[in-house]
Amino acid sequence: MVNTDLLSWLWQFFSQRGGELSGIVGLSLMVSGSAVIIGAVLGVPLGALLGLKKFPGRELLLRIIYTLMSLPPVLAGLVVYLIFARSGPLGFLDILFTPPVMVIAQVLLATPIITALSSAAIAAKEKLAMDTARTLGASERQAAWMVIKEARTGILAGIMTGFGRAFGEVGAVMLVGGNVRYQTRVLTTSIVLETRQGNYEFAIVLGLILLLLSFVVSSVLLKIDDSKLR
Amino acid sequence: MPEPLFELIDVVKKYDERTVLRVKDLQLDGNKIYAILGPNGAGKSTLLKLLNMLEKPTSGRIIFQGVDLNRAGEAARLRMRRQMCMVLQNTYMFDTSVYQNVAYGLQLRGVRGVELERRVKEALSFVGLSDYGSRRAIKLSGGETQRVALARAVAIRPQVLLLDEPTANLDPDSVALIEKLVRRVHESTGATVLIITHNLFQAQRIADEAILLYNGQVIERAPINQFFTNPQSEITRRFVSGRMVY
Repeated sequence: MVNTDLLSWLWQFFSQRGGELSGIVGLSLMVSGSAVIIGAVLGVPLGALLGLKKFPGRELLLRIIYTLMSLPPVLAGLVVYLIFARSGPLGFLDILFTPPVMVIAQVLLATPIITALSSAAIAAKEKLAMDTARTLGASERQAAWMVIKEARTGILAGIMTGFGRAFGEVGAVMLVGGNVRYQTRVLTTSIVLETRQGNYEFAIVLGLILLLLSFVVSSVLLKIDDSKLR
Repeated sequence: MPEPLFELIDVVKKYDERTVLRVKDLQLDGNKIYAILGPNGAGKSTLLKLLNMLEKPTSGRIIFQGVDLNRAGEAARLRMRRQMCMVLQNTYMFDTSVYQNVAYGLQLRGVRGVELERRVKEALSFVGLSDYGSRRAIKLSGGETQRVALARAVAIRPQVLLLDEPTANLDPDSVALIEKLVRRVHESTGATVLIITHNLFQAQRIADEAILLYNGQVIERAPINQFFTNPQSEITRRFVSGRMVY
């Protein structure tokens, strides 16, 4: 009986709010996905540099990145808000309360994690993998690329963690996105809103969808990792 | 008198302020197997890394096939390094298939397609691992790992094979097999082999000449029989008789 009730409730729920829900899910994936792609484009090469090379200021840079790993989302949101607010230095762009500025806020949160975990993964493989590649005839660049390939599991873990950080945060996107219905509302901000309005069922469904999507994204990334064997 | 394969002149290698190798003059000829002997910390691994250009000497000259490595540009050094292959003390397998591990060195040298496949299979067959191509390399046993490491080297047909304790921690059967393979590589390709070993019996079984390093210096270099039966240095005498305290 419970199952029948649940199914009928779900049917009713999706027929009433399915359109809005798909929009929220799509925007969440688009914002966090874009943030993680940009974060990876910035973070993996920087992590590789930190993991492979010793240069003046490296230790300081690592400490700053480790500090930024625990940057509170609401603080990241505040910084981005102040930059893109009408009176801020980039206010003329007029993108506050739009998805692009939400992406920027999440890039701030995901990039330090991707950088730090990539750097650690590459540094762990650096000595032996690099030397082995060189003994087999690799140039410095080819050997460095091999080290990055060898550290792929750790780098992917960094990207997954970065995605988790971006996808699950609420403070930054709430501040810079404004949680505007059909425009900047994502899964996490919807959960907050629905909970405040007493729509606990909807909030729980959104939470389950968020977890399910995280599971799917992680599975896809792990599949990529497994495919390294010929 | 043929030109030596390697010539080391006043080579010094320091890490920070600590001198780990100081070779006044050493010539290594082609088409021979050298056993590099000595206690831990004698500079054996450092010597091989310098020869393989993994590291640069702090001072002095290393000449390979008549070319001073100090004066060679990066491209020339890479070209020369590609005539060699070194099996490191801590053998590292890339986290991919055995096939890809063996193919890597060939791919770096531009070998592709059917030729690549043929040479990888040939190398795996050479070390008795023909059926291991699709296995994940990091899951192999110690003995199998060393054989794949040797296959990686064999595949590229190096003129110089540098082996840093390739049989350490292996069971007697694996040791015998690796020794047989090393000799076969040498005999079939004419590659010069430098093998670091703590096993004096192994040195006697496979090497043509022995070089004893002690405190970073070459103490004695001699044909293998003479080295063990009639050493010239007191240090060598103590070393081969097992009386060296280090």
